[in-house]
Amino acid sequence: MDPENEPLHDEQLPGPTLWPAGFAIGVVVILVGLIIDPKVISTIGGVIAIVFGALWTREATAEMRRRVAPVEPERREAAAAPATAAVADADSAERYPRSKFLESATIGLGGVIGGILTVPVAGFAILPAFLGQKGHRVDLGPITDLAQGQWYIATFTVDPAEAETSRRTAFVRNNGSVTIGGQQVPSCTIISNRCAHLGCPVQANGPTGAILGQKNVVEHTANGEIVLRPVLPAGFGCPCHGGQYDTEGNRTAGPPVRGLDRYSFELKDGHLILLSTYSVSHVDGTGAQAKIHKYKETGPGEHVDGWEQILYPLNPPHH
Amino acid sequence: MATRRAPSKAQVRRQQMQSAALYPLDWLEERSGLVGGVKYFLFRKVPGDTNWMQTLGSATLTAFLVQALTGVILAMFYKPTPHDAYSSIQNITDHVTMGWLVRGMHKWGASVFIILMFLHMGRVFLFGAYKYPRELNWIIGVLLLASGMAEGFTGYLLPWDQTAYWASVVGINLNGTAPFLGPFLAQFLRGGQEIGADTLTRFYSLHMLVLPGAIAALIGLHLYLVIRLGVTSPPWSKEAAGMERADAPLDVRKGLTPEPGGSE
Repeated sequence: MDPENEPLHDEQLPGPTLWPAGFAIGVVVILVGLIIDPKVISTIGGVIAIVFGALWTREATAEMRRRVAPVEPERREAAAAPATAAVADADSAERYPRSKFLESATIGLGGVIGGILTVPVAGFAILPAFLGQKGHRVDLGPITDLAQGQWYIATFTVDPAEAETSRRTAFVRNNGSVTIGGQQVPSCTIISNRCAHLGCPVQANGPTGAILGQKNVVEHTANGEIVLRPVLPAGFGCPCHGGQYDTEGNRTAGPPVRGLDRYSFELKDGHLILLSTYSVSHVDGTGAQAKIHKYKETGPGEHVDGWEQILYPLNPPHH
Repeated sequence: MATRRAPSKAQVRRQQMQSAALYPLDWLEERSGLVGGVKYFLFRKVPGDTNWMQTLGSATLTAFLVQALTGVILAMFYKPTPHDAYSSIQNITDHVTMGWLVRGMHKWGASVFIILMFLHMGRVFLFGAYKYPRELNWIIGVLLLASGMAEGFTGYLLPWDQTAYWASVVGINLNGTAPFLGPFLAQFLRGGQEIGADTLTRFYSLHMLVLPGAIAALIGLHLYLVIRLGVTSPPWSKEAAGMERADAPLDVRKGLTPEPGGSE
């Protein structure tokens, strides 16, 4: 016989016993009792521990007291027939249906447990990035504070709770109002400063504030302090990789794949409210007469028109 | 032939001391076989004409261990929130005793780790050490390289200064330009539509839990295969010259496919 497979001598192995488990339960009851009710519960625990401890000691010392507990020796089937016979034997699969059942049950149960654990964890890791992404409203103050036809660089925090991390910049121009269907509708050009190449902050190419001899407009709204710096831009440019845009946000040079994104907006009680952004391929015309080719908000570097857009058939959900 | 003499008292004493000192090791070996395993690892046979270039893998491992150790210490002082991240980095650099050194080791060690990985990769390529039966170890190495680069990418954001922030904006948006799944990958990395507090904690978790865990596991596999398959001789080896091919040991080659027409 292979020495490795030789069973250990019986006297080295204590017989199966439940007493230690009872002893452990007694100790747990004592500890729980110390919290809940030291007098009653701990006493019960103490009794359990002492009784089971005594029984355990009695059994463990039985050999020393020459009273060997009869232990049923484990019986095993003879070793399986040599592999060649097993391969040749067509019935062998039928001969061990129980082991096959146990094998697949183990794998199946393992799979179920794995699934039960993985689904919530993976969902927790992945889904929050895509679901419940709420839109935001940014109050830029009364629109009458913005001179008509003048560009302003507006900096604001989208979510005051997130403070500086949510600071954004937009280029705002009050175009006055435009007549649509016989109705006077306010018009603003509000361009996001997120470059359509890879998302760096786009700058206004032109003199600002003091050089123009104009003062900053400072508003205090629900979004905290909003600073609107007057600017006279010849266009917009990105410091990272040199993307250039005209004053309507059309790409004029460099690597960007489309025009600059814009904010949709509304007027509420005379205040200019910035809403969510949308993507723009390009803009025809200027100011209030501009025709904006508008698309769903898309990440920087992604095409929204032309044949390249088929590379981005799917997009994560946006507000 | 010298006559056998009874061992002197001092000799007996020394032997007793020796066996007492070795007892813990024996205890460990009897219960785990670890001592034998370590001996096997350290004293295994390698070709006689191995080259200094073949220490680049060990050097890379050392660089990773330095990163792991310094990273653990940095994590004791770093705070992954937008409000505290940069100030805690300043605190580590300027106020914590030897903090400048540990942070410096981690920052520069990161580059050392990446450079050594490439040098090691170049050595394996030029020595032809990626060939049969070691293809799988090359594949694991590529995964290690990717994980190492991802460590660099996620770690770069953590100082949360202007460079870190905008570099990560660009890096994440670059991921977003990949066709089909790119936008989803970018949004997953951001933890939303905009970089913010969630991005920072996410990168922190990836940087110090997910990726190091993956790298440690892959290194384990990598080393296991190195030990199992042995070290290659350099291409100019005289020892290996003329041999048909540096085959895997016989027991390694015995795969799951049956030998043609053979019965065992």
